[in-house]
Amino acid sequence: MAINWFKYSAPTTFYGLAGKLIPWFAIPAAVLFAVGLYIGFAVAPVDAQQGEFYRIIFIHVPSSILSMFLYLIMAGYAALGLIFNTRLSAMMATAIAPTGALFAFISLWTGALWGKPMWGAWWVWDARLTSELILLFLYLGFIALHASIDDPRRADRASALLAIVGSVNVPIIYFSVKWWNTLHQGSTIKFTGTSMHVAMQQAMFIMLAACWLYAIAVVLARVRSIILERERNTVWINELPEAKQ
Amino acid sequence: MTDMKRSSMLGLLVLVIRRDLVLAMRRRADVLTTLIFFVMVVSLFPLGVGPEMSMLRKMAAGVLWVAALLSSMLSLGRLFSADYLDGTLEQMMLAPQSLSMLVLGKMVAHWMVSGLPLVLMAPVLGLQFDMPAQALGVLILGLLLGTPVLSMVGAIGAALTLGLRGGGVLLSLLVLPLCIPVLIFGTGAVEAVSTGLSAASHLSLLGALLVLALVFTPWVTAQALRISME
Amino acid sequence: MSDLDIWMRENPLAYIWLGSYAVALLIFAVEIAMVRHKRTITLQQVRLMREAEDEAGEDK
Repeated sequence: MAINWFKYSAPTTFYGLAGKLIPWFAIPAAVLFAVGLYIGFAVAPVDAQQGEFYRIIFIHVPSSILSMFLYLIMAGYAALGLIFNTRLSAMMATAIAPTGALFAFISLWTGALWGKPMWGAWWVWDARLTSELILLFLYLGFIALHASIDDPRRADRASALLAIVGSVNVPIIYFSVKWWNTLHQGSTIKFTGTSMHVAMQQAMFIMLAACWLYAIAVVLARVRSIILERERNTVWINELPEAKQ
Repeated sequence: MTDMKRSSMLGLLVLVIRRDLVLAMRRRADVLTTLIFFVMVVSLFPLGVGPEMSMLRKMAAGVLWVAALLSSMLSLGRLFSADYLDGTLEQMMLAPQSLSMLVLGKMVAHWMVSGLPLVLMAPVLGLQFDMPAQALGVLILGLLLGTPVLSMVGAIGAALTLGLRGGGVLLSLLVLPLCIPVLIFGTGAVEAVSTGLSAASHLSLLGALLVLALVFTPWVTAQALRISME
Repeated sequence: MSDLDIWMRENPLAYIWLGSYAVALLIFAVEIAMVRHKRTITLQQVRLMREAEDEAGEDK
């Protein structure tokens, strides 16, 4: 029975559940974005060392954190899918990948725009920037592999294995890049010295929460489409009110 | 594990390696193409950045490593595809022997055919870049430790992209980011020596990567093959 | 110093907003639009298949 529940009923129930949950994540996300931006720009004071430019932190740090955590969550779902053969986890992994890649891109983009006034260069081969770039490559590899396999079952399993191999590699890559960076005596300006004002911290945490909620809402919306696409031959899909119109 | 079983597993390994080497020798052109590609890419760099010796000397290790990385990608597509097309791979998966062991044999053979020639060719190319003898020695040692890792990590990608359209480019996209640590430690070792430091730490890290790869990649590749073949 | 550098230092807030926040929000907007588009497309496909099945059923 347990297998049955996993195999057939999970996407069915999850489809409806996800549909109900999306507004509960999307609306708070929008509200928190507004609040976070208000505190970040109107309440938080100007930084003594970096002037106004530090305000990029409110989008840069949350998107970096999201991009890393989403990769781990994606690999976790992928592993679940491989081990227990649950279809929903593979669908979740597929749904997370584009959002994670976009957050990685935002993180790189805002990092470059922050670097220009601070370091005087758009791109610095800093350990964090470089590993973020490699993370983006890993996301793109996952998406590309999944997209190029026609059989959905093989696509799920192959890309799941790749995600797991990638997540094992992430710490190795991070430490090797960090070491490489210190060897080359790269950037000298570090941000650790500045103490953060309370309002800055608040703004950053609120923005982080907003990004999390946004990511969850988008992933749920995407996974609903994936469920529809994969299960379009089944009876329960044909009986959905939105399919009957 | 009994002694007999162990010896039969080693025997299997040797058998697979020998078979793949014989097959590779029948298609020598493939092996040569990879080697020529390696030499060409390395020779293009001075033409691209200018013949200034001091700069070339500084770049040499990086250029050779990147070229080795790219040329090992070229030959990866062939690692399983021939056996996949003629059905041998299916037989191998049905065989009672451990698939990981068979895969390891194929990895070793692949390295001997496509990695080892690059390592042997590297000193000549290093001289083109006027590398000092000591740096050259470390470069060769690094390549000797690092290129097997490229073959083994690449095998995972080759197994995952088996039989896919546009597999070659996709394979590089998947495998290249995973190979970055090897590149970093390989070039780091040469740089350490040329700045008067010891290359031991870099080389031992490369060795650690090699051991890790030896332990895990055959099994992972076997799983990937199962996924691709089912 | 290039013109951009001077402009950046004179209008840091405009630089931050145009460069980082507008781009990030634009990316979010595009992602939301893509997710919605995918939903309409998939629903259309489901409806098409349903109709095709209904017709096949009537033919019998």
